[in-house]
Amino acid sequence: MKLKYLLTLVTCLTALPLAAQVNAEVDLLKQQLQTVKDAFEKAQAESRRQIEELTKRLDAVAQQQSATTNEQQKWRDWMNSPVTPGRTPPPGERTWSAADPIRLAGGGAASYLNISFAALVAAGGSTAKNIEALQLGGHDPKQRGFTVQNLELTLDGKVDPYFRGQANIILQIDSAGETVIEAEEAFLETVSLPWNLQVKAGQFFTEFGRLNSMHPHTWDFVDQPLINGRFLGGDGLRNPGVRLSWLVPTPFYSELFLAVQNSQGETATSFRNDHEGEPFLGRLHDSGSVKAFNDMLFAPRYVASFNLSDAQTLMVGASAAFGPNGSGPRADTQIYGLDFFWKWKPAHQHGGFPFVTWQTELMMRRYQAGAFTEDLDGDGTLGATDADLNGDGLLNSVPREMLTDYGVYSQIAYGFQKGWVAGLRADFVTRSRRAAYEAVYGNDPDRDQRWRISPNLTWYPSEFSKVRLQYNYDRRSHIGADHSIWLQFEFLLGAHAAHKF
Amino acid sequence: MKAKLFISLALGLTHAAVAAAKLNVVATFPDFGVIAQAVGGDNIKITTLARGTEDPHFVDARPSFIRVLNQADVLLEGGAELEVGWLPPLLTGARNAKILIDGPGRVVMSRGIRLLGLPTGPIDRSMGDVHPAGNPHYWLDPANGKIMAGQLAEVFSRLDAANADAYRANLKKFSDRLDQKIADWTKALEPYRGVKVVTYHKSYEYFAERFGLSVVGQIEPKPGIEPSPTHITALIPRMKLEGVKLLLIEPNRPRRTPDYVAKATGARLLLLPDKVGAHEKVTDYIGLFDYDVAQIVAALKESK
Repeated sequence: MKLKYLLTLVTCLTALPLAAQVNAEVDLLKQQLQTVKDAFEKAQAESRRQIEELTKRLDAVAQQQSATTNEQQKWRDWMNSPVTPGRTPPPGERTWSAADPIRLAGGGAASYLNISFAALVAAGGSTAKNIEALQLGGHDPKQRGFTVQNLELTLDGKVDPYFRGQANIILQIDSAGETVIEAEEAFLETVSLPWNLQVKAGQFFTEFGRLNSMHPHTWDFVDQPLINGRFLGGDGLRNPGVRLSWLVPTPFYSELFLAVQNSQGETATSFRNDHEGEPFLGRLHDSGSVKAFNDMLFAPRYVASFNLSDAQTLMVGASAAFGPNGSGPRADTQIYGLDFFWKWKPAHQHGGFPFVTWQTELMMRRYQAGAFTEDLDGDGTLGATDADLNGDGLLNSVPREMLTDYGVYSQIAYGFQKGWVAGLRADFVTRSRRAAYEAVYGNDPDRDQRWRISPNLTWYPSEFSKVRLQYNYDRRSHIGADHSIWLQFEFLLGAHAAHKF
Repeated sequence: MKAKLFISLALGLTHAAVAAAKLNVVATFPDFGVIAQAVGGDNIKITTLARGTEDPHFVDARPSFIRVLNQADVLLEGGAELEVGWLPPLLTGARNAKILIDGPGRVVMSRGIRLLGLPTGPIDRSMGDVHPAGNPHYWLDPANGKIMAGQLAEVFSRLDAANADAYRANLKKFSDRLDQKIADWTKALEPYRGVKVVTYHKSYEYFAERFGLSVVGQIEPKPGIEPSPTHITALIPRMKLEGVKLLLIEPNRPRRTPDYVAKATGARLLLLPDKVGAHEKVTDYIGLFDYDVAQIVAALKESK
């Protein structure tokens, strides 16, 4: 009996904690269930939200699609509508009006005024004592260290239904650190005259040869060819005037130009230029004034082009420029030029590469120089009002004489892979014979024989920038050989004007 | 004898007049030319300036083009700045009022076409040659061929009303044929929908959209910018990860970098004509897609 009690007691005692344990487990399970339930509800809410969002997106897509379909339907209707004169324009067209905001570099259809800016800077040096005398071009690097060659602001656009206008304003920092402004070009050009004619009027580069009318940032070399510098001038041949051109109705392209421009000033260096009071070709010059129509500068040019094959294009031209010069009365200058440009660009080109161009220009200048005497006041003695050009204390005089000079440059550029161009240029310029004034004053470096070889390498990271390294080997008769090395940088901002061929 | 001479002279003149009555149409690119030919038939004379093998953004402004443009009744240009680098000086030189910007014969082929790749944010040149007006390679969607043909039929009919019926009939024929072919091409490429491709330049965006290819990258880091080692070393693992099957390049592109990328990733390099004339076998608009679709199908079959 006692045993029975004891057993019950023991059982009860053991059962008590057991019951407690079961209760705890149930609580735990309940808790877990709640957690699961919460998570489940949360997940459900999340997926509901996602579904809603997706439905919304689907609706949007469907709407868009139906809009596209509507648009397509409109198109289909338009295309199936009878093709007759005066048919309505296709749907979805938005015409722009002059009231729209002016876009300077037209991203859309509007284009009133294109603005672009080109900066050309060079750095380097030369063994020549006087680099200014070595480098003939007005925009050539001319000092050891840095040269800001050309900061060019170009504005162009259609003026009205009849004209296209263009202006190139140049800023330059000269060797004294002074900023110089040049109104290089500012002209208007007709767009559709009858009989294949075109008129250009204003301030412009004379279409003489190939390089003269090209702006320095489009050149293949750092500096100007010697013949251009000697005969057409450091800043090129350009002046206010008017030019007529006729697209000749030949089966191939050919065009005839005739320019009539002012013949005076430093931008017409071989013509009525006073050379700022400095002697030129052994004489002091006076630019004089225009007395008759033939005191103007006349520049005819004929150019023709032929496609030699699918990949080869040839362009040949003949130019001339006639006008009076400042060396005396009845003193005229004639410049003749021939130019030749050949380009090979294969049918499979990538970014405009590879290509080979070969450009050659020949020029001859006949300069009728007037008689000149240092005895300016005509009293027979050297006085304060006379000019002792060579400082020999004597009154020298030189006769009227014809000075004939000629020269050539030839250059090859090889674009061997996209962005990379290797170039080689050879320059030669000389006088036909030693002039009478040179017997008095000595050999004139402006006429003496000279040649130059210039290899270079250019890298164009894009069409809007370039880096160019050039070496010049220069040999001037009676002066000697010189070596120059120039590194040139360029960047372009704004509308990049399309290249002419 | 005199009468005979006179008659033959008169006949000659009428003949010349008939020949001159043909619309003289100049197309900047062969694709526009062949569509114009399909719509214009014998009533027009087509001259094409650039060749199909050329990079369309870098065409030389050959002086002979001035002469051709001077004689044109109609000029077909791509628009969307496709010819911005070479056409403007030619037009100034051509001095032909018919094809000036508002001239009766000036046709911008992109008119009415929904252009892809319209920049949505501010753009500048540090982003490469981004076209503000949208991607100009739109002729690679054959459905756009119908829009172009539609516009041409309208223009030709306006300028040459006597032959309007012929132009309408030609347009219908061309559109119907193109519809049929689009269905065929779509069917042929259906099994490969979503296949991932990399291109050299953004030239095939329209083609890809039409036929369901997924363009995941370009060899060029930015439009018009040459591939850089940094870009290529990042592109290769990405192409492997994405499982890019095809590398599509225009036949005029340099092969060195694409060859290297194809070898490194196992993607198949395909020289895919992007214009009529880009391959000798591609001589018309429908032929362009026939050729390209067949090339892609063959390449993808092989890679399976």
